[in-house]
Amino acid sequence: MDLNRLVQDSEYRWRLPMEGPMRAPGILFGDREQILQMDDKVFTQLYNVTLLPGLVGPVYAMPDAHWGYGFPIGGVAAFDAEAGGVVSAGGVGFDISCGVRTLHTGLHPRDVDAVKTELADALFAGIPAGVGSRGSIRLDHRQMDAMLEGGARWAVKQGYGTTDDLGRTEERGCIDGARPDDVSDHAKHRQRREMGTLGSGNHYLELQRVAAIYAPDIARQYALAEDDVLVSIHCGSRGLGHQIGTDYLREMVIAAPDLGLDLPDRELACAPIYSDLGQRYLGAMRAGMNCALANRQILTHLTRDVVRRLLPQARLDMFYDVSHNICKVEVHVVDGKPRELYVHRKGATRAFGPGNPDLDETLCAAGQPVLIGGSMGTASYVLAGTTEGETTALSSACHGAGRAMSRRKARRQYSGRQVVDELAERGIVIRSPSQRGVAEEAPLAYKDVDRVVDIAEYAGLARKVARLEPLVCIKG
Amino acid sequence: MQQRNWEHFEHEADMGLRADAETREGLFEAMGEALTAIITEPAGVRRVETVTVHCEAPSNALLLVDWLNALIFEMATRGMIFGSWHVELDGQKLEGRLEGEAVDRLRHQPVVEVKGATYTALSVTRDSAGRWHGQCVVDV
Repeated sequence: MDLNRLVQDSEYRWRLPMEGPMRAPGILFGDREQILQMDDKVFTQLYNVTLLPGLVGPVYAMPDAHWGYGFPIGGVAAFDAEAGGVVSAGGVGFDISCGVRTLHTGLHPRDVDAVKTELADALFAGIPAGVGSRGSIRLDHRQMDAMLEGGARWAVKQGYGTTDDLGRTEERGCIDGARPDDVSDHAKHRQRREMGTLGSGNHYLELQRVAAIYAPDIARQYALAEDDVLVSIHCGSRGLGHQIGTDYLREMVIAAPDLGLDLPDRELACAPIYSDLGQRYLGAMRAGMNCALANRQILTHLTRDVVRRLLPQARLDMFYDVSHNICKVEVHVVDGKPRELYVHRKGATRAFGPGNPDLDETLCAAGQPVLIGGSMGTASYVLAGTTEGETTALSSACHGAGRAMSRRKARRQYSGRQVVDELAERGIVIRSPSQRGVAEEAPLAYKDVDRVVDIAEYAGLARKVARLEPLVCIKG
Repeated sequence: MQQRNWEHFEHEADMGLRADAETREGLFEAMGEALTAIITEPAGVRRVETVTVHCEAPSNALLLVDWLNALIFEMATRGMIFGSWHVELDGQKLEGRLEGEAVDRLRHQPVVEVKGATYTALSVTRDSAGRWHGQCVVDV
């Protein structure tokens, strides 16, 4: 990205200054090198989002930002319905409520080492992952609607987990305002055989070792200690979410002229929040979020079954579950006044600071855990939301490393076998249905997650708590 | 046999598809093949089952997105992968006949599922020589 087009506010904060039709500035978080390496299209996409009606405050790009469609991945923008604000299907993306769930296991890495290969094989057999995999759960129409209204709470009622899991899940497992009637039959049909499946691409299930603790005070409150073993699950709303995105993107693209929206990029497809289309999308998107929460809850149940079969002493208690592709109604202080805003986070994680009333009482003092996913050989992180994050970027942080290399380039540069063997030498066991898929997800195809997380901390987006290193990775 | 061509182009997070053909029908068929190639080698797909899809859209570009999304939907819900695409167009109405088989994870080694076709870098154009060109980014 051309630095001459930006104003540097501080070492890690860069600004697209207001000009022409922009409704607010754009803000990028990163060091000079990261910003230089960002594609110019991130600049264009950030600029385009600043043109949308009802925008409140700057549009933010997290340190892992990269070229998406419509919004940049790593983009955060808030809109006020009362000021003609919009909700954008492109600002949420296809994988509605994609997120990370992490579980404590109570295990030590040596427990896992004793059965590592067996455990990897059992998880690969027990967790449907990748193209062509099918879940064992079939929902009829009535059950599907109940799941879309109830989210993880519905899943717990069906016997997938316990009520203790819900307190540590965003929205306590179920977002209000889901409207299954606004989800097409196509979307429901697409989900029919996908409950309890991991998906593919960058989705994974990992056993991880806590390799370092950076904030012992918060780590204690999170019950994290060095050499704990955790399980992390990264996936979203599966086919249902993808189809909701497909359906509403199309409808919004076609309706834009009639809604008086002159979009600089078709992919910014949106609708006024106070419009029939906007309300229907919100109802469907929230149903998509509940689907993702239910899916991660079912995957939790399946994981517990497999791990406890081989390691009966494993606890597998919920640590936290948070999404990074979603639009949510939140109250933020703007110009000294609280305002209800529709906050879009596309490839960005909510990061509420200490004292936020939406947090479970056991997390309220420490702030919200922010779960940052890695990519097979690379580390994952646990961060904590901070009080200053509220004013820094609407309580938002990064969501992962972000790709540094296209899938095509990664495929040309690496072989799946080579990646699996190199990781095996480091003690990391990979299981995946596709060698080419492994090559496309090679660790070096992603940016340096350590640097991304450091910048997030330096910029005041979140505080670094723990570094997690993979032991076993099931890739879809 | 008409000349046809497709390729994948760079997109940081997702995957770009680009094709050209002598006819609009040929372009849509080539884009179908480019879509399968994200998932597996198209030549390795057996043609044992036929599926028909219908789309209609107000422009060629939107019709291309609808066509790709129809393929994505059929693959996802049928657990199939396609190795042959036959398209007939009547104005902005499309009828597609697809031939393929159930995904075989050992033989196809499917790489990644495609979530949806986007409107990013989307175009369908015809050059001065009459050749059709199209491109689309799909989310994977």
